[in-house]
Amino acid sequence: MFEYYLSLFIKAIFIENMALVFFLGMCTFIAISKKIETAIGLGIAVIVVQSITVPVNNLIFTFLLADGALAWAGFPDVDLSFLGFLSYIGVIAAIVQIMEMFLDKYVPALYNALGVFLPLITVNCAILGGSLFMVNRGYDFVESSVYGIGSGVGWAVAIVTLAGIREKLKYSDIPAGLQGLGITFITVGLMSLGFMSFGGISL
Amino acid sequence: MSNVKEVLLAPIFTNNPIGLQILGICSALAVTTKMSVALVMCIALTVVTAFSNMLISLIRNRIPTSIRIIVQMTVIASLVIVVDQVLGAVAYDMSKQLTVFIGLIITNCIVMGRAEAFAMQNPPGISFVDGIGNGLGYSVVLMSVAAIREFFGSGSLFGIEIMPLITNGGWYNPMGMMLLPPSAFFIIGLLIWALRSWKTEQVEAPEYEIGGHTALSQS
Repeated sequence: MFEYYLSLFIKAIFIENMALVFFLGMCTFIAISKKIETAIGLGIAVIVVQSITVPVNNLIFTFLLADGALAWAGFPDVDLSFLGFLSYIGVIAAIVQIMEMFLDKYVPALYNALGVFLPLITVNCAILGGSLFMVNRGYDFVESSVYGIGSGVGWAVAIVTLAGIREKLKYSDIPAGLQGLGITFITVGLMSLGFMSFGGISL
Repeated sequence: MSNVKEVLLAPIFTNNPIGLQILGICSALAVTTKMSVALVMCIALTVVTAFSNMLISLIRNRIPTSIRIIVQMTVIASLVIVVDQVLGAVAYDMSKQLTVFIGLIITNCIVMGRAEAFAMQNPPGISFVDGIGNGLGYSVVLMSVAAIREFFGSGSLFGIEIMPLITNGGWYNPMGMMLLPPSAFFIIGLLIWALRSWKTEQVEAPEYEIGGHTALSQS
């Protein structure tokens, strides 16, 4: 049993890396990877938010939205799954807001470190993508907790690595048109190529 | 009238959402292995951007600033639900192929970005045009990437065979690499290079200038 969850975790980090295999959270991935420190801050924020939102959305899906999920409340015929998008994004926005207030009050050090990145996470598609994949693949509660942590860690690993490469890259002589965005894309392409080698691992 | 034309056409090349504004890259990469899938994605995104711009612009004077993100999010999410349901009813196979990416239009930064940057300050009519213009700019990049990937990866365009494959008795050996995720990054990187070589004012200044050969000049 433990092995199954471990393999799901490893799979979420490397083989199905959110950023490099599914291209999720690309906007922030490209825009906020110029410095390693900020990349680490954002990475931690994503891990925390992802590992809370995916299980919570799983509970909401199983007990409120799925076909026949409202049977416990006496409505066995109600299918609210079309409200999915609206509820998931609502949950994400709410959790980000709650986390912001909680950290501000009890862990001000972490709050200051994360700064502006916390509210930005609401519009990070890796977070919404995590919840949508969870529903799409029919994970149960434990699986979705493991998947949430794993996919968050995978995204964080990817952005910290990219930031490391970009810090070195700024000293190299790049053709004018490729400067900035262009070369970043090609770097990410090469990283993605590297991560594809994990695809051969069968767990 | 020229203003409308400018708002409609500027995002296509001079102020491209993907090439210059760094918006909406996520989905640009994932759905581009086939042109037909990319086309559906483009239409869905253009419709959502245009209508969300118009609706948000209609209520822009009544939205309290402190909760505007939530309001925009709700409008966008509702529109995406409509698109998703329509697609599921009309083109079920297509909606299966797009899996989660229709849902991800909600967090596509083009929609949010244009709502925040344009629709909050401008009247509904012109906001609608701006939404269509940005949708077109996104579509141009998406369709070019999809065309390159499908042409070299499967030897076809829109599923119609252009170069007969070896497996079907033809001569073309498909480049499997083109169908894999990394190729999308390379193609977009090269497209941006091409675009910036043409419109040189978009080139970013280097962060760090390499100095002259100081050691040589001293000796």
